[in-house]
This record gives sequence, C-alpha cells and structure tokens, in this order.
Amino acid sequence: MFNTGLTSNDLWLLAQGAGMTLLVTAIAVSLGTILGIIFGVLRYQLGPWWALPLTFVLDVFRSIPLLIQLILANAFVNMILVPTLKIGKVSGFTVACGVLAMYTAAYCSEIVRGGIEAVPANLRRASRSLGMSWGQDMWNIVMPLATRVALPSWIGLALGVMKDSALVYIVQVPELLKNTQILITRLQEPLLLLMICGLFYFLISFPIARFGGYLEKRWSND
Amino acid sequence: MFNYSFRWNQAFASLPQMLEGAWVTIQIALLSMAIGITIAILLTVFRRSGNKLLSGVASTWVEVARNTPALFQIYMVHFGLGGFGIHLSPYLSLLIGIAFNNAGYLAENFRGALKAIPETQTRAARSLGMSQGQAFTNVVMPQMLRISFLPITNQMVWAILMTSLGAVVAMNTDLFGVTKALTDRTFRTFEYFAIAAVIFYVITKVITVSARLLAARLFRY
Repeated sequence: MFNTGLTSNDLWLLAQGAGMTLLVTAIAVSLGTILGIIFGVLRYQLGPWWALPLTFVLDVFRSIPLLIQLILANAFVNMILVPTLKIGKVSGFTVACGVLAMYTAAYCSEIVRGGIEAVPANLRRASRSLGMSWGQDMWNIVMPLATRVALPSWIGLALGVMKDSALVYIVQVPELLKNTQILITRLQEPLLLLMICGLFYFLISFPIARFGGYLEKRWSND
Repeated sequence: MFNYSFRWNQAFASLPQMLEGAWVTIQIALLSMAIGITIAILLTVFRRSGNKLLSGVASTWVEVARNTPALFQIYMVHFGLGGFGIHLSPYLSLLIGIAFNNAGYLAENFRGALKAIPETQTRAARSLGMSQGQAFTNVVMPQMLRISFLPITNQMVWAILMTSLGAVVAMNTDLFGVTKALTDRTFRTFEYFAIAAVIFYVITKVITVSARLLAARLFRY
C-alpha cells in the first residue's frame, strides 16, 4: 500500500540538511546575541537621540525581507568586495551566518533594551550609592533582573531565527528545506518529503516554544 | 573605490516595473491580512467554544503556523496540495500561505488580548439579555481588536516582508519576483535589489507610521 522511492541515502541528505539548519542557527544566534547585547546596552546608555544612527541601521535589518538582505550581502561581498580586495570567494555559508547574526542582533538589541528598562531606576541608584561601579551595577544588579524579563522573548527570537534560516537556500547553503526541494525534484513525492521536513521544524520549535511560554508565566511579576 | 562599476541608471529605468510589483505586494499583504484576521477571529471563537473537535482544529492550526517556517508553509500550499491534485497559481499559493501564517499568529495575539478583557463583561452582557454570539461580537470583539491593533500592524509588516517568499513558488509579479526576473536578465543583482530594498523599507515605514498616527487618532480617551 505504501510505496516510496525514499532510500536511506536520501534520509541522510535530509539529516545533513537538518544539521546545517541547526549549525547556521547556532552560529547566528550566538553571534547575534553578543552583538545584540552590546547594541542594546549602547542604545540604552546613549539615550534615544544619540543612538539614532544605530537605531536606524538596526531598524533597516527589520524592515527589509531577509531574502533581499541575503541576496544583497552576497552580491556586495562576492561581486564588489572580492574583486576590490582581491581575496578569495566568500562562501554562502559565511554570508548567511553574517546576515542572520545581524538580523538577530537587530531584534536582540530591542529585547535587551526592554529588559534593562524594566529594572527599576531606584534599584540602580541604590546600588550605585552603595559604592558599586557602573560595571558592577550592570553585572550584579541589572543583568539578573533583566534576564528574567528578556529570556522568554529571547527564546522566541532564537526560534524565529531557526525558522528564518530556511531562507539561506538563496545563497546556496544546503539546509533542510533546500535538500527537501532537491529530493522532491528527484522523487516527485512532495507530500511525504514536506511532511518529514515540517515535522523536523515542528519537533524542535514546539517544545522550546512551550518552555518559553512556561518561563514567561513562571517568571512574570504578578 | 570599488573594482566594480555601478550601473544605477539601468536599474532606475526599470523603476516603473518594480513599483507595479510593489503594488502587487501590497495587494497580497492587504488581502492576506483581511483573510487572516477573519480566520483568526474564527479560530479564537473555536478555541473558546469548549467543543473538543473545534478547539483541537484551532490549536493545531495555531501551533503549525507558529512552529514551522513561513517558507515551508507556502511551499506546502503550492507543492503539498499539488500532491492531492489541487494545483494553485503562484499568486493564490502565496496568498493562502501568508494568510495561513497570519491567522495563526493573530489568533495567538487575540488570545493574549482576551486575557485583558474581564470575564464579568461577558456576564454583564449576557444578563442584559444578549445571546452568547451577541455578547462576543458586540462587547468582547471590538475591545479585542482594539487591544491587538499594534500586533495587527506588526503582522501587516510581516505580511509585506513575507511576500518575498513567493520566489519559491515561481511568483513573478510581486516586487521580489519582478526584481529577480530583472536581475536574471541583466546580472546587476546589487543595484536592482538595493532599489527593491529601499522600496520595501519605505512601504514598511509608511505602514508603521500611519498605524501609529491612526492609533493616536482612534484610541484617544
């Protein structure tokens, strides 16, 4: 009743794609989070006016489709930078990680800023008047409290980046959806293959999203 | 400065074509939002209905829409339904895919908004003699839509950005598709997509700014 041309090799191709999806996500999210924290703290410290250029640049990453960001970055690096600097070709993987990291950073800076703003100003004044330096105040007072506010949204962001990493096929990175596409072209069994592909995303995303929701409920202040 | 000669004139010459594409993009986004909001309200009603089957359908819809990539959803509508012998045009596939995604995210927003509306209001409406349906449509729903106005505009921006995913189902009349077709012919990838990026940026900014003005106008107390 159930016939399929799917072989173990094909499943291995899908697994490799899944691994690539996770790898790109891991690199982009960790880089992006570090950048996002730096940008977020900067934006908070500079205040709305002086941070305007930074806010604008980060806003651009949120207002342009990721697909176009990837194409533009790839074209800029490989058609313009590479001949100018006379360096070797930059792989799609590097470009994808870079763009996704900036994309993560743009959203993450917003989350970080929100987290810092959620720490009561009086608490910080108290810590400073106890003789803590700015760094000590940031590390010992603000960070633990801001993390509570920010972590649930950060989990949401990380999952969003995982789902958006499906777009890196455009710069020739063989991730899960791209490999599924390749197999669909060969086997002509779109439904089965797409089900497998969708199931993978769902199985990773769903439990973590639930966990984020749980944290949000558990850690909310009321 | 760069070892590359930009040809902006050539790209600007095709600006009218790209603006036509932008119009299609806006159309798709608006239509998908209209469909999405309608379905999201239905899903919210389903979830509150207490009927196991209906709330199961609604929860499944929301979880699948929120936990798989939008690209996958559009792909599924086009090629997955193709497996059942239902062949849709790229335009319809893209529209349905985005509407499906919108509905899932908006239903979740609506659920959050409903938490902010006291249950006593429904009871008061019911004791004034309204039916369950009347209480929902006349008392609860307007407030729900008001609370989730900003999330709705966010989703609208997402819908605009998501139209670029039509590339995967060979959509060639929206802004991304038109730009892609132009670059395939001219190999001026950077110039054309830079212009497309600016158009996308302007569209999303116009939406967010006008939404903010509209909210200030509509929701002042």
